[in-house]
Amino acid sequence: MRLAQHMAVASERVRSTAIEATEFPELSRAYQVMGVPKVVINDRVQFEGAVPEKDFLGAVLQAVSEP
Amino acid sequence: MSIMTERDRAAVRKEFERLTGPVKLVVFSQELQAGDLCRQNESLVREVAELSDQIAVEVLNLAIDRERVQAYGVEQVPAIVVEGARDYGIRFYGVPLGYEFSNLIDAIVLASTGQPVLAEETLASLRTLAADVDIKVFSTPT
Repeated sequence: MRLAQHMAVASERVRSTAIEATEFPELSRAYQVMGVPKVVINDRVQFEGAVPEKDFLGAVLQAVSEP
Repeated sequence: MSIMTERDRAAVRKEFERLTGPVKLVVFSQELQAGDLCRQNESLVREVAELSDQIAVEVLNLAIDRERVQAYGVEQVPAIVVEGARDYGIRFYGVPLGYEFSNLIDAIVLASTGQPVLAEETLASLRTLAADVDIKVFSTPT
Protein backbone atom coordinates (compact mmCIF):
# COMPACT_ATOMS: atom_id res chain seq x y z
CA MET A 1 0.00 0.00 0.00
CA ARG A 2 2.05 2.88 -1.29
CA LEU A 3 -0.38 5.62 -0.30
CA ALA A 4 0.63 5.35 3.36
CA GLN A 5 4.30 6.05 2.70
CA HIS A 6 3.51 8.88 0.30
CA MET A 7 1.32 10.44 3.00
CA ALA A 8 4.18 10.04 5.50
CA VAL A 9 6.47 12.08 3.24
CA ALA A 10 3.73 14.66 2.64
CA SER A 11 3.05 15.29 6.33
CA GLU A 12 5.24 15.24 9.44
CA ARG A 13 2.11 14.09 11.30
CA VAL A 14 1.92 10.79 9.40
CA ARG A 15 3.90 7.64 10.09
CA SER A 16 3.69 4.56 7.85
CA THR A 17 4.60 1.08 9.05
CA ALA A 18 4.47 -1.85 6.61
CA ILE A 19 4.20 -5.12 8.50
CA GLU A 20 4.86 -8.55 7.03
CA ALA A 21 1.92 -10.38 8.60
CA THR A 22 3.33 -13.93 8.59
CA GLU A 23 6.54 -12.84 10.36
CA PHE A 24 4.60 -11.08 13.11
CA PRO A 25 1.77 -13.48 14.01
CA GLU A 26 1.14 -11.92 17.44
CA LEU A 27 0.73 -8.46 15.97
CA SER A 28 -1.45 -9.88 13.20
CA ARG A 29 -3.63 -11.65 15.77
CA ALA A 30 -3.87 -8.52 17.91
CA TYR A 31 -5.15 -6.58 14.89
CA GLN A 32 -7.29 -9.48 13.65
CA VAL A 33 -5.66 -9.64 10.25
CA MET A 34 -7.71 -12.08 8.14
CA GLY A 35 -7.04 -10.73 4.66
CA VAL A 36 -4.30 -8.53 3.23
CA PRO A 37 -3.57 -5.79 2.68
CA LYS A 38 -5.14 -4.68 5.94
CA VAL A 39 -4.81 -1.06 7.00
CA VAL A 40 -5.16 0.10 10.61
CA ILE A 41 -5.08 3.84 11.34
CA ASN A 42 -4.48 5.09 14.89
CA ASP A 43 -5.79 1.71 16.14
CA ARG A 44 -9.21 3.19 15.44
CA VAL A 45 -10.15 2.91 11.77
CA GLN A 46 -9.46 -0.20 9.74
CA PHE A 47 -10.20 -1.71 6.35
CA GLU A 48 -9.09 -4.54 4.10
CA GLY A 49 -8.09 -4.42 0.46
CA ALA A 50 -6.81 -1.72 -1.84
CA VAL A 51 -8.90 1.47 -1.93
CA PRO A 52 -8.78 4.64 -4.05
CA GLU A 53 -6.74 7.56 -2.73
CA LYS A 54 -9.78 9.63 -1.71
CA ASP A 55 -11.19 6.76 0.36
CA PHE A 56 -7.82 6.22 2.03
CA LEU A 57 -7.69 9.93 2.88
CA GLY A 58 -11.25 9.69 4.20
CA ALA A 59 -10.16 6.92 6.57
CA VAL A 60 -7.18 9.01 7.76
CA LEU A 61 -9.44 12.01 8.45
CA GLN A 62 -11.96 9.78 10.22
CA ALA A 63 -9.19 8.39 12.43
CA VAL A 64 -8.21 11.86 13.65
CA SER A 65 -11.72 13.26 13.96
CA GLU A 66 -13.31 13.83 17.35
CA PRO A 67 -15.14 10.74 18.61
CA MET B 1 24.18 -16.35 -2.27
CA SER B 2 22.34 -13.25 -3.37
CA ILE B 3 18.63 -12.72 -2.73
CA MET B 4 18.02 -10.51 -5.75
CA THR B 5 18.20 -11.88 -9.28
CA GLU B 6 20.12 -10.06 -12.02
CA ARG B 7 16.76 -9.09 -13.47
CA ASP B 8 15.70 -7.54 -10.14
CA ARG B 9 18.94 -5.62 -10.02
CA ALA B 10 18.49 -4.20 -13.51
CA ALA B 11 14.91 -3.11 -12.70
CA VAL B 12 15.94 -1.49 -9.41
CA ARG B 13 18.92 0.27 -11.01
CA LYS B 14 16.48 1.80 -13.48
CA GLU B 15 14.22 3.00 -10.63
CA PHE B 16 17.22 4.46 -8.83
CA GLU B 17 17.99 6.72 -11.79
CA ARG B 18 15.25 8.88 -10.19
CA LEU B 19 17.18 9.35 -6.93
CA THR B 20 18.02 13.00 -6.31
CA GLY B 21 19.32 13.03 -2.75
CA PRO B 22 20.90 10.74 -0.16
CA VAL B 23 18.91 8.00 1.57
CA LYS B 24 19.83 6.12 4.71
CA LEU B 25 18.46 2.65 5.33
CA VAL B 26 18.61 1.92 9.05
CA VAL B 27 18.39 -1.81 9.67
CA PHE B 28 17.30 -3.14 13.06
CA SER B 29 18.51 -6.57 14.08
CA GLN B 30 18.82 -8.79 17.10
CA GLU B 31 20.62 -12.08 16.78
CA LEU B 32 18.79 -13.85 19.61
CA GLN B 33 15.40 -12.91 18.25
CA ALA B 34 14.59 -13.93 14.67
CA GLY B 35 18.29 -14.27 13.83
CA ASP B 36 17.78 -15.87 10.41
CA LEU B 37 15.24 -13.26 9.33
CA CYS B 38 17.46 -10.44 10.60
CA ARG B 39 20.41 -11.76 8.60
CA GLN B 40 18.26 -12.12 5.49
CA ASN B 41 16.90 -8.60 5.98
CA GLU B 42 20.37 -7.12 6.39
CA SER B 43 21.65 -8.97 3.28
CA LEU B 44 18.72 -7.75 1.21
CA VAL B 45 19.22 -4.13 2.29
CA ARG B 46 22.93 -4.30 1.50
CA GLU B 47 22.20 -5.74 -1.96
CA VAL B 48 19.76 -2.89 -2.65
CA ALA B 49 22.17 -0.25 -1.33
CA GLU B 50 24.92 -1.51 -3.64
CA LEU B 51 22.84 -0.35 -6.59
CA SER B 52 23.22 3.37 -5.87
CA ASP B 53 25.90 5.66 -4.43
CA GLN B 54 23.11 7.69 -2.87
CA ILE B 55 22.16 4.93 -0.42
CA ALA B 56 23.90 4.36 2.91
CA VAL B 57 23.20 1.53 5.36
CA GLU B 58 23.44 1.55 9.13
CA VAL B 59 22.72 -1.48 11.29
CA LEU B 60 21.43 -1.04 14.83
CA ASN B 61 21.14 -3.82 17.36
CA LEU B 62 18.05 -3.79 19.55
CA ALA B 63 19.96 -5.10 22.56
CA ILE B 64 23.04 -2.86 22.21
CA ASP B 65 21.99 0.41 20.57
CA ARG B 66 19.02 0.85 22.87
CA GLU B 67 18.81 4.63 23.01
CA ARG B 68 18.97 5.10 19.26
CA VAL B 69 16.52 2.25 18.66
CA GLN B 70 14.14 3.85 21.14
CA ALA B 71 14.47 7.21 19.40
CA TYR B 72 13.32 5.55 16.17
CA GLY B 73 10.41 3.94 18.04
CA VAL B 74 11.23 0.49 16.67
CA GLU B 75 10.17 -2.39 18.91
CA GLN B 76 10.36 -5.46 16.69
CA VAL B 77 12.91 -7.08 14.40
CA PRO B 78 13.70 -7.37 11.61
CA ALA B 79 12.88 -3.75 10.76
CA ILE B 80 14.02 -1.02 8.36
CA VAL B 81 13.66 2.75 8.59
CA VAL B 82 13.93 4.62 5.27
CA GLU B 83 15.31 8.12 5.87
CA GLY B 84 15.84 10.95 3.42
CA ALA B 85 16.38 14.64 4.20
CA ARG B 86 14.57 13.79 7.44
CA ASP B 87 13.03 10.77 9.11
CA TYR B 88 9.71 10.71 7.26
CA GLY B 89 8.30 8.00 9.51
CA ILE B 90 8.59 5.18 6.97
CA ARG B 91 9.09 1.80 8.62
CA PHE B 92 9.12 -1.79 7.39
CA TYR B 93 8.67 -4.68 9.81
CA GLY B 94 9.73 -8.04 8.40
CA VAL B 95 11.88 -8.89 5.39
CA PRO B 96 10.42 -6.88 2.47
CA LEU B 97 10.20 -9.55 -0.21
CA GLY B 98 7.66 -9.93 -3.00
CA TYR B 99 5.03 -7.21 -2.90
CA GLU B 100 6.78 -5.35 -0.08
CA PHE B 101 10.01 -5.26 -2.05
CA SER B 102 8.50 -2.96 -4.66
CA ASN B 103 7.17 -0.79 -1.81
CA LEU B 104 10.67 -0.60 -0.32
CA ILE B 105 12.09 0.57 -3.65
CA ASP B 106 9.26 3.10 -3.95
CA ALA B 107 9.99 4.30 -0.39
CA ILE B 108 13.67 4.80 -1.23
CA VAL B 109 12.82 6.91 -4.29
CA LEU B 110 10.26 8.86 -2.22
CA ALA B 111 12.67 9.54 0.65
CA SER B 112 15.34 10.57 -1.85
CA THR B 113 13.19 13.04 -3.76
CA GLY B 114 10.90 14.11 -0.89
CA GLN B 115 8.17 14.35 -3.52
CA PRO B 116 5.04 12.35 -2.69
CA VAL B 117 2.84 11.37 -5.63
CA LEU B 118 -0.60 12.36 -4.34
CA ALA B 119 -3.53 14.40 -5.59
CA GLU B 120 -3.53 18.13 -4.77
CA GLU B 121 -6.67 17.69 -2.62
CA THR B 122 -4.95 14.97 -0.60
CA LEU B 123 -1.87 17.14 -0.01
CA ALA B 124 -4.09 20.05 1.06
CA SER B 125 -6.01 17.87 3.54
CA LEU B 126 -2.82 16.42 4.99
CA ARG B 127 -1.47 19.93 5.60
CA THR B 128 -4.40 20.60 7.93
CA LEU B 129 -3.92 17.51 10.14
CA ALA B 130 -4.15 18.52 13.80
CA ALA B 131 -3.17 15.14 15.27
CA ASP B 132 -0.60 12.45 14.63
CA VAL B 133 -1.56 9.62 12.28
CA ASP B 134 -0.16 6.13 12.66
CA ILE B 135 -0.85 3.94 9.63
CA LYS B 136 -0.12 0.21 9.84
CA VAL B 137 -0.34 -1.79 6.63
CA PHE B 138 -0.30 -5.57 7.00
CA SER B 139 0.63 -7.61 3.95
CA THR B 140 2.11 -10.94 2.89
CA PRO B 141 4.92 -11.57 0.38
CA THR B 142 2.62 -12.93 -2.35
